[in-house]
Amino acid sequence: MSNVRQSWYEAGARERIAALVDAASFAEFIGPERREISPHLSIFDLPAQFDDGIVVGAAAIDGTPVLVAAQEGRFMGGAFGEVHGAKLTGLLRAAKALGRDVVIAFDTGGVRLQEANAGEIAIAEIMRAVAEARMAGARVVGLIGGRAGCYGGGGLIAGCCSTLIVSEQGRISVSGPEVIETNKGVEEFDSRDRGFVWRTMGGKHRTLIGGADVFVDDDATAFREAARAALARPAGLDAAMLSAEQARLERRIARFGDAPDATDIWRGLGIADPQAIPDMPAAGFADLAAQYRESADDAR
Amino acid sequence: MTPAEILDSLFPAGHAVTSEGDLLFGRATLGDGMVHVIGATGGAPIGIDQAIRLSARVLEVAGSDDAAPLLFLVDTASQRMSRRDELLGLSEYLAHLAKTLLLAEAQGHRTIGLLYGGSAAGAFIATALACGTLVALPGAHPEVMDLPSMARVTKLPIELLEEKAKATPVFAPGLDNLVRVGGIAEVWDVGRSLGDQLTALLAHSRSGDDRATVGAARGGRPKAAAIADEILATAQR
Repeated sequence: MSNVRQSWYEAGARERIAALVDAASFAEFIGPERREISPHLSIFDLPAQFDDGIVVGAAAIDGTPVLVAAQEGRFMGGAFGEVHGAKLTGLLRAAKALGRDVVIAFDTGGVRLQEANAGEIAIAEIMRAVAEARMAGARVVGLIGGRAGCYGGGGLIAGCCSTLIVSEQGRISVSGPEVIETNKGVEEFDSRDRGFVWRTMGGKHRTLIGGADVFVDDDATAFREAARAALARPAGLDAAMLSAEQARLERRIARFGDAPDATDIWRGLGIADPQAIPDMPAAGFADLAAQYRESADDAR
Repeated sequence: MTPAEILDSLFPAGHAVTSEGDLLFGRATLGDGMVHVIGATGGAPIGIDQAIRLSARVLEVAGSDDAAPLLFLVDTASQRMSRRDELLGLSEYLAHLAKTLLLAEAQGHRTIGLLYGGSAAGAFIATALACGTLVALPGAHPEVMDLPSMARVTKLPIELLEEKAKATPVFAPGLDNLVRVGGIAEVWDVGRSLGDQLTALLAHSRSGDDRATVGAARGGRPKAAAIADEILATAQR
């Protein structure tokens, strides 16, 4: 690791893994030399990539073995196709078998439409594998702060993780801004209003309502440190935890179900000047969030 | 078939299932046993308000020690697309619903999804596809995204998509395509008793997630099973 600050947002999948894990500890599974490309993109005359947009393997963090995956948001928007999804499914099944923690760097628009049915089932298989790994005692830590955000089925997988670490750029949502606008009109959702999109789906809002657990700066070192801390938290997924999540999500609707805008929710949380949140530097925001945010500890 | 017709064919010995808006909740008698029933009906979208009511009931089932199966009737649109739902964290609500279904299964309740109408995208993943076994009735019409929307997003002409859909089951909407990629275990025969078909299904215990293996055997997903298996084996070396 160098002292030069590395932007998580700008980094590629392999750079993110290199920044996360101990030096020279990463061993990739089904690497690009195997050329396991999508069998479907050629139908659309689209170029394939030798890793199908996701890098998975084994590594160590502080000497402790972990499994790690990173999506490449620059290839097909990090979307889940058949091969891409199966690599993550296999890794999570290994986590269950070995009782080993997993770190996933999400960067995805969701299902890859050119292989939509395969991608959709892959999401369902991954969610099941995440839940089963957690029930077997493994932690599944999600990192979100890439170009593509974490949309569609990616948002649902993220919601199954033990801990979510986000930066301001880490947008988490199901329907993307353009999809809502296309289907429901610009009055419902103006996808070009960047400020609106980010305060509705961005990392700060998700942190404040409990949709994400840890807020970090757009800095690879900060993501690594937060991942280390998350891997030290209690593991598991059981009825008590999901009952707590049920209560947490019911409470959110009761408190904020009529809020027209994120700033109204932030004010409702007790933040005196919610308009200042979007421009707040990461450290200051994290301090403020720690004081006012809804926590999802042991309730995710 | 309507939900009432389906329930009558499934449970001739009786059922107490009530509708609350587009959702169904109740229980039914099957042979000597009991089946928990929930439903998301009417082709309605699944937003936070629907998801949280379904998950509340599934958690109750998960917490009961009757080991009775849970049948989930599904006819929905996609996830509800709105500013409010996304503002309040729809991804968490849908993930939570899926997790409660997976928990119920882990606690000994078979979870059976019965897709009898539509379902799409995130709603499909959080309901039908989160069940341990998914079956469908003829005429069910699952989809990830309709072809016109897909044409817009992929910037490909719809005529081209329609042409390519004939050659591969991997992207286009429709029951047959979801069957071929392994997402739907079986399509039931509406000419026979649905109760008999459910009883037969419950008689066979299920071991693990076999959807990729099924998808390979049916020619819809040639690579997924082999790749997942290889990674599992490599990681354990």
